[in-house]
Amino acid sequence: MKYKSQKVAYWFFALSMLLLVLQLTYGFIMGFARLGYDGLHEWIPFSTAHTVHLNLLVVWLLSGFMGAAYYIIPEESETELWSVKLAYLQLITLAVVGVAAVVGFHFNYWEGRKFLEIPRILDWPVALNVILFLVILLMTMVKGKKTSTTSLVLYGGLVAAALLYLPGMITFDSQVLDSFFRWWVVHLWVEGVWELIMGGIMAFLLIKLTGVDREVIEKWLYVVVGLTFLSGILGTGHHYYYIGVNNIWLIVGGIFSALEPLAFLAMALWAINMYRKGEKKHPNKTAILWTLGAAIVSFLGAGVLGLAHTLPQTNIYTHGTLVTAMHGHLAFWGAYAMIVLAMITYVLPNVTGRKLYDTSRSRSAFWLANIGMFTMVSGFAAAGITQVYLERKLGIDFMEVQNEIKVHFWILITGATILSTGITLYIIDFLKYGQPNDEALEIQE
Amino acid sequence: MLSKKQAQVFFLGGTAVTFLIFIMLTVYSLGKAQDQGNHENLTAEAIRGKEIWEKNNCMGCHTIMGEGAYYAPELTNVLERRGEAYVKAVLMFKDPWQPQGRKMVAYGMTDAEASDVVAFFAWITEIDLNGFEKVNRTISPLAEDKMID
Repeated sequence: MKYKSQKVAYWFFALSMLLLVLQLTYGFIMGFARLGYDGLHEWIPFSTAHTVHLNLLVVWLLSGFMGAAYYIIPEESETELWSVKLAYLQLITLAVVGVAAVVGFHFNYWEGRKFLEIPRILDWPVALNVILFLVILLMTMVKGKKTSTTSLVLYGGLVAAALLYLPGMITFDSQVLDSFFRWWVVHLWVEGVWELIMGGIMAFLLIKLTGVDREVIEKWLYVVVGLTFLSGILGTGHHYYYIGVNNIWLIVGGIFSALEPLAFLAMALWAINMYRKGEKKHPNKTAILWTLGAAIVSFLGAGVLGLAHTLPQTNIYTHGTLVTAMHGHLAFWGAYAMIVLAMITYVLPNVTGRKLYDTSRSRSAFWLANIGMFTMVSGFAAAGITQVYLERKLGIDFMEVQNEIKVHFWILITGATILSTGITLYIIDFLKYGQPNDEALEIQE
Repeated sequence: MLSKKQAQVFFLGGTAVTFLIFIMLTVYSLGKAQDQGNHENLTAEAIRGKEIWEKNNCMGCHTIMGEGAYYAPELTNVLERRGEAYVKAVLMFKDPWQPQGRKMVAYGMTDAEASDVVAFFAWITEIDLNGFEKVNRTISPLAEDKMID
């Protein structure tokens, strides 16, 4: 750690860990409900669990991105954060709004629009919170000595993510228009500007962990995010195939979504090549593992599994089935969860001064979490493909099909248990590091 | 060999061009001439039905036009499959509806509320979904000619 104010990042990561545990808990509630064990139905029906699960994902990832930015921007700008007090205020308000939203979901305070369920009354505090966050970072960059490409890409991604929240706040009478502009938020976040954030964090980690020249890493960062937008913006069309808009999107969405895996492939090749070129001297090998893992798993989850059902000819069968859940889980895990976990793994020794990295526990956490997630995705894949065949090809009733595919949810629960074991080990490590302290300033990273 | 400056131009230029095309396609596809969203038949009842749909987070279990949570049936063609009376009975039922054991929240709607939701479903049914409406009815239109009667 080079600047005292970078310690702020730790508390955002701590919030992320707490919300991640809650997210997993609600995931189990949903998994068991699918198996028929829905004893909590009266208090936490599936719709509530689903909403909480999705929104906790968004908030813990955003908290992780914010923590990453509070660590990266001062270091890249070579200055302390503009205001540490305001950064803590921003953390507290983020936590308060997040908790209010999650509690509210249990009492039917929601918008009822997938991924954007936070009620409009809380949209404004969210907007203010994000504006405060962006102002703190901007002022830090302005007063800093340098403005690197890495920090510009990261900041650009964060600003764009904030702006793209706005279309989700518009009210539409038509379900078609509602859905159309909901994807402006959801798709352009996860297959657009969040990849900018991911790219910025990835570039920072590669610079620090591989020792490869910054100019080389940042040059390829531009190429990767360039490919992302080139394919991802028009790739939004794959959400417009079957929601009541013109069939021009079948052609545009089909072509550009088929190109989307190229961006993730470029990301994976970039990370692997930088690692191979590097000196391999950095002792925090677990952080390298998570970083390369994020690049590779995001290609498999977002790229390959996305391609598996993105063409309109395939999507007409898979649209609205568990095939989407298969893709969604591995994509979010690889692209965003793993990059946040990589960043935390890199930052913890630096802000606490305790070099607890590269232990069997930290490596087990990585492998168990990934094996667990791949097992879950296999369960979703088997369930989804069977659902498509029985429901869409043979025309069997929805609930009859659900009973037929129940067995696959045991695989899902098994995978989730392995994943949770990995995450538990990760959090034990997190706690073992203890709190950040100023003595860490003197320690070489 | 590609320089950093060229890479930057590729990123900024590519983003600007594709974003511009995206906006143009949005304007084109939402224009009146291309409208296939059944907007001319959007009634006050259907709009109230959509509000009830959202207030109760129906998308948290069901899917509509293929979007939702995959826990409960797709409702795009529910009136065709079940009929209005069945749908209203489910919405007005005071205890959790349990088709084959999977529980639905007991909404206990009034007759007027249930009618609004039905009006929303009826409006959805008339939307041109580029063939998806046929897939969900029974079988994919791509395979209809292969069916044996």
